Amino acid sequence: MSFKSMEKIVQLCSEQNKSFYEIVIEEDIKESAITVEESLSKMAQMWNAMIDASDNYDGNLKSKSGLVGGNGLIMQNFLEKKNSYCGAFITNVIAEALKMGESNACMKRIVAAPTAGSCGVIPAVLISYFRYADIPEKEIIESLYVAGGIGQVIAERAFLSGAAGGCQAEIGVASAMASGALVYLKNGTVEQICHATAMTLKNLLGLVCDPVAGLVEVPCVKRNVIGAVNALSCADMALAGIESQVPVDQVIDAMKEIGENMNKMYKETACGGCGITPRAVEIENELKSINI
Amino acid sequence: MNIFDIIGPIMVGPSSSHTAGAVRIGLVTRHLLAQEPVSAIITLHGSFAATGSGHGTQKAIVAGLLGMLQDDIRIPQSDVIADQLGFKYSFEYKTIKDAHPNTALINVVGKNGREIEVQASSIGGGRILINKIDGILVNFSGEQNTLIVHNIDQPGHVAEVTSTLSHKSINIATMQLFRDSRGGYAVMVIEIDQEIPVESIEWLSHLEGVIKVTYLSAVK
Repeated sequence: MSFKSMEKIVQLCSEQNKSFYEIVIEEDIKESAITVEESLSKMAQMWNAMIDASDNYDGNLKSKSGLVGGNGLIMQNFLEKKNSYCGAFITNVIAEALKMGESNACMKRIVAAPTAGSCGVIPAVLISYFRYADIPEKEIIESLYVAGGIGQVIAERAFLSGAAGGCQAEIGVASAMASGALVYLKNGTVEQICHATAMTLKNLLGLVCDPVAGLVEVPCVKRNVIGAVNALSCADMALAGIESQVPVDQVIDAMKEIGENMNKMYKETACGGCGITPRAVEIENELKSINI
Repeated sequence: MNIFDIIGPIMVGPSSSHTAGAVRIGLVTRHLLAQEPVSAIITLHGSFAATGSGHGTQKAIVAGLLGMLQDDIRIPQSDVIADQLGFKYSFEYKTIKDAHPNTALINVVGKNGREIEVQASSIGGGRILINKIDGILVNFSGEQNTLIVHNIDQPGHVAEVTSTLSHKSINIATMQLFRDSRGGYAVMVIEIDQEIPVESIEWLSHLEGVIKVTYLSAVK
């Protein structure tokens, strides 16, 4: 059984004097009837697959539709000019998020976290921080349990797909998971993890899923960037001591309510928003004429 | 939800439903055929038909039929690999009545001549549901060991099958019964916790009134 609320995780952390990571992994091994080592080794596989996906990015590839590809490389080159507003670290995060989203669109191997469309958010912040701060891999793997535990609670209380709840339920959730992991990596408290998660998700509430031509490309790839950057800013706010007025579990419930009431045209049907702009209609016709 | 359904799976993009789920539909179909496939006619319906090409759905189904898993980096080249292996296939795009938007109907022939028709839908997150086999409603995921018995609708067949399982200390997880008409064609779909021995499957298939027995080991 995964946890039904973040409040429950906080309570267990305090009662048992354990970290967020310990509570989540203990529940996982109990549920899956495996050892701690087995679970850790599986999570290490996920982490290694994220690193491989980043290393194997090919900036010359385009997706079959031709709509995305190459922007990760453009951003990487821009980083080297040292003229970005965001500074080296965040510019690198942007490049990583684009790379992962583009690799996904180009049929390369990625790790769905929580979905394929939002696969760039968590690796963008974790890979960038891992390389920038040179921290032990073990800590990153622990932080993936924090991200996973947050995702489990959201899956339990709401949903994790654009078709069910719009983009807030993909990029929004990935962003919330990433911010919790980031707070954990800086030794933030469990309460700070919850505030970061709440703020991150709140910022993306209502985000619709409106793909052009129904593909996981536009606007999905670039939304991975907002998910990653939003996670960083909210993690920093939480670490600074800023709190969310609305508790995290209530924010998750709000996401569910918004998703349930969201018109179907904004839930991965390609019938609304960016997906029906004149340009999107042109693209759809172009793709149809070449049989894609 | 398991933590590795949240952080994971490792898969070839771009879509868990249109790519990873499509690979799995091909793979489970291959397991149901239980021999090397040599040719297939694949019908795509709904969103699979409309946006399949941009999601690599066709390549994904072919990859699964060739035995590849959802994280196999050869998925984008499955058409080339199929040509090399001499696997012949074609795609059709049609509406399938009352089907989930992401549905494929696969008619596949194996090297020993066995032919089956599998209708399956990709229901999200890479998970699938086998809806029909040879036109008969079944509804199972392939995530557990599954025994499918086709028989004449007459008293005693459920008892025969369940007592065989009980005799081998096999626990039943779920059980579904379908029939086309009273006294007509009936199907049992039983998900079980343990593997069923080959001799038990053979024994069941030789029982009077039993038309066909299909067994699928859990496809992870």
